[in-house]
Amino acid sequence: MDTIFALASARGKSGVAVVRISGPSAMSVFSVFDVRTLIPRKAQLAELCWKQEVLDQAIVIAFPSPASFTGEDVVELHLHGSIATVSGVLSALTGLEGFRIAEPGEFTRRALENEQLDLSQVEGLSDLIEAETEAQRRQAFRVFSGALGHKAESWRSDLLRASALLEATIDFVDEEVPIDVYPEVRSLLVSVSEELQSEIEGSTVAERVRDGFEVAIVGRPNVGKSTLLNALAGRDAALTSDIAGTTRDVIEVRMDLKGVPVTLLDTAGLRVSQDVVETLGIEKAIERAEQADMRVVLLESRAEELPIKPRTDDIVLVSKADLVEGDISAATGQGVDELIERISDRLLERVSSAGIATRERHRVAMRNAKNALGIAMDRLDASPELAEMVAEDLRSAVRSLDSLVGRVDVEHILGEIFSNFCIGK
Amino acid sequence: MFHVKHSDADVVVVGGGHAGTEAAHAAARRGANVVLVTLKRDGIGVMSCNPAIGGLGKGHLVREIDALDGVMGRVADKAGIQFRLLNRRKGPAVQGPRAQADRAIYRREMLVEISSHDNIVVVEGEVTDFVLREGIVKGVALADGTMISSKAVVLTTGTFLRGVIHIGDVSRPGGRMGDRPADMLAKRIEDFGLPLGRLKTGTPPRLHKDSIDWSVVDEQPGDDSPVMFSFLSDRPSAHQVSCGITHTNERTHEIIRKNLDRSAMYGGHIDGVGPRYCPSIEDKVVRFADKTSHQIFLEPEGLTSDLIYPNGISTSLPEKVQEDYVRSIKGLEGAEIAQPGYAIEYDYVDPRSLTSTLQVRDVAGLYLAGQINGTTGYEEAAAQGLVAGLNASADAAGLSPAVFKRDSSYIGVMIDDLVTRGVTEPYRMFTSRAEFRLSLRADNADQRLTPFGIELGCVGDERNQKFAQKMEILLSAKSRLNEINVSAVDAASVGIKVSADGAKRSAYDLLSFADSEFSHLVELSPELSDIPAEIQLQLKRDALYAQYIERQAKDVESLRRDEAHKIPSDFDYLSLNGLSNELCQKLEKARPETLGQAGRVEGMTPAALTLILAKIRQTERRRA
Repeated sequence: MDTIFALASARGKSGVAVVRISGPSAMSVFSVFDVRTLIPRKAQLAELCWKQEVLDQAIVIAFPSPASFTGEDVVELHLHGSIATVSGVLSALTGLEGFRIAEPGEFTRRALENEQLDLSQVEGLSDLIEAETEAQRRQAFRVFSGALGHKAESWRSDLLRASALLEATIDFVDEEVPIDVYPEVRSLLVSVSEELQSEIEGSTVAERVRDGFEVAIVGRPNVGKSTLLNALAGRDAALTSDIAGTTRDVIEVRMDLKGVPVTLLDTAGLRVSQDVVETLGIEKAIERAEQADMRVVLLESRAEELPIKPRTDDIVLVSKADLVEGDISAATGQGVDELIERISDRLLERVSSAGIATRERHRVAMRNAKNALGIAMDRLDASPELAEMVAEDLRSAVRSLDSLVGRVDVEHILGEIFSNFCIGK
Repeated sequence: MFHVKHSDADVVVVGGGHAGTEAAHAAARRGANVVLVTLKRDGIGVMSCNPAIGGLGKGHLVREIDALDGVMGRVADKAGIQFRLLNRRKGPAVQGPRAQADRAIYRREMLVEISSHDNIVVVEGEVTDFVLREGIVKGVALADGTMISSKAVVLTTGTFLRGVIHIGDVSRPGGRMGDRPADMLAKRIEDFGLPLGRLKTGTPPRLHKDSIDWSVVDEQPGDDSPVMFSFLSDRPSAHQVSCGITHTNERTHEIIRKNLDRSAMYGGHIDGVGPRYCPSIEDKVVRFADKTSHQIFLEPEGLTSDLIYPNGISTSLPEKVQEDYVRSIKGLEGAEIAQPGYAIEYDYVDPRSLTSTLQVRDVAGLYLAGQINGTTGYEEAAAQGLVAGLNASADAAGLSPAVFKRDSSYIGVMIDDLVTRGVTEPYRMFTSRAEFRLSLRADNADQRLTPFGIELGCVGDERNQKFAQKMEILLSAKSRLNEINVSAVDAASVGIKVSADGAKRSAYDLLSFADSEFSHLVELSPELSDIPAEIQLQLKRDALYAQYIERQAKDVESLRRDEAHKIPSDFDYLSLNGLSNELCQKLEKARPETLGQAGRVEGMTPAALTLILAKIRQTERRRA
């Protein structure tokens, strides 16, 4: 097996650059760079020598197998973050027998292969690296630390218990079986099924935390939607003018509202238009606004009829407060902070209900499991004597849960997951 | 002295128990000349434990043996004195045929099957060694110096390898009550470097029939319409009788508890591991301390026998204690013990050292079958005998090997479990071991396996013709049902609840509803009444699981895909960086033949599987 290495920190100039090395020959870099033996897991200052020249003075740490990120021998070199230093070290490593530069995600892949991480933890790690806001970081860390795996494991063991009870009535019919197993089977199925349901509901929110909530600004033309977007974003993201219908496409701005990732959508003003392009823009505006997690509806006056039907969490405001009697003025900034407050409060409340399943893949697996349990419970009611069919439904539920943590069908999901990783992770 | 010419045998079978007889007969059916070596001719077909064949999983195995034209099912049908289909109220996939057998008839009929086959010669003697040529087993040597050469040897020594019998604190060497153990052979097997382990099993005391007060015990009659083992049998031939049922009580438990330290098992005289599924009465009293009573089946050993086998109280307590606790049981107050219960400890070979043909991986020409591989039960033994016999004869004549698959037979499930996972206690078949249980039914064993048997050349003319006839009727009836469309309204009119979603349903589809019966279809289309009753029943059984089986097709496919990735026999697990030591050792022991098997090695993880797959592909690419 090759020993792999890569720059683990961001490319370019930086204070410190970390080169990570993992594999059977990782420890040999110490003799290569003429560094004396290290105490495992202790940071030590050392001069890295290469061809009678000092490459850099670095902090080096050795993590002997199996207590390392990948489970293999791992060495980290904390170099001065200069492009020349890093490329000097990398090219020295490239020439070593059995060494090669890591493929994207290869460190994590090895961690998975060596059972340092399960599949959901790998996904959690990927999210953790991508995390931009506090809510994202917290959620990714929960997944990374194995919360989903633990949950799946506990559901699985409940279902296995239920299966075992059913199997006993089948295979030990002539022997002595604890009298009526059905009440316990039923209560196990009901409780797992309920937990799955709440996790499925929570996963939609969790996915939003990962990908960002969409907040659409809607209203009639020229009501000041783009101006509001720019005020919220703190920059001129959208073109503004006095001409109605300036915004035709949907403009997206990603921002961090008090730790909650939000994508603000500026949409075309809603009106009946003769312009083909504008009409298309309006249709799209309505569609995106409907799909968004929340809508901020801007009105010209309180008397105005609402252009769309607002839902519970939506915010309706009268715009241009500097000119008319209203709630908000993007031009003067009046009410903008309050709006940010209201949006983030409402979203934070949703975040608090987020589950630990963050991906569509998780949701599909949980939904399949729950469906199988539903069929099992129906059959248990209708024809309890057909225990072998109930058992089969339980088997299929367990298989679905297994796929959550990657126990089955790994092959084709692996590629997809690792393709999201970049080199050095 | 019996003299056998060197060239006479293609296959030597050592042992005449359930594995040995089935192995000899299977090899002979495939055309091999077989010599069956047994200690005593009388020992052929002996049931050493309880006088019953079949049950859950076990009955499935007997049906499969029969579908391949094996002998166990036919002989059990002749010897059956009480037939019961277990799980009659559950679905057909988990119904298992079972029968009490008359020991004497069973033995007699088995001897007839064996000695009447032209290709089988029975030799009495003790095998003490193998004939080896260039590391390949080429025959056996007997204690009297006779050599029998052959192209392959099937070893079915049951519990005879270093067998030790325990009754209380008394123990002595023995393979079965009254028989010598085979110690020299055990030594020879050790010389091959095969990993041995130790297991134990036990029997209850046998009681004199006349000493039991039958008036106070419950009666358990057989089924009104007996279900036979063999697809060729119609009805029982022996007179039918009932079993008795009685129970232990608190006084029984008290006696056992007080004498626990005198039990061979609890007194520390036995190191072997016993089966959890078939616990001794000592085990039951200790492990289920809160139960105040355990059920006992009083099983007659035969129509002419004076003995009763009390199923449920196997023991290794001293004789006197056995008498005391037996007499504390209702109906057994005056019971006389004809033979005390005993525990037996014996060596077994770690079956992970075998391939799926049951050949010892590193010793060409040598096959192992039965209890020697760590299993328990007549049916498990016979099924292995069948597999070993089919393959030993293939070895001898250069025929294709007979490999059974998990998705098409319980035999395949068992062999795969044994050779990939090994055993930690005596291995017994259960329906829950088969992941494709809904398709592997006792009722369709012929549909699953008889064509395979015909292909292997181990199925005789009678079965071949009968099967062809049945399939013709079955298939034409099925296509008739598929051609009849039934509306939801019509279905409801005869009492089948169908959602009115406008979907077109065939009469066959309707049969898949749990609450539908074939008689409903006849109400809708009276002309279907000309389909024979047995075929009607079979169609209903096939249809019931149709939807599940369709869904499982994907799993079967993925299993087959994994089975298609062959792992070279010299695969170097040590070179796979990233396998834990423990897993590496397990893989080295089991040496799985395919990626599918590797996946079933205990403690296997998808990550490790991915590693193996990657390595296989790497090697394949290099070779390509």
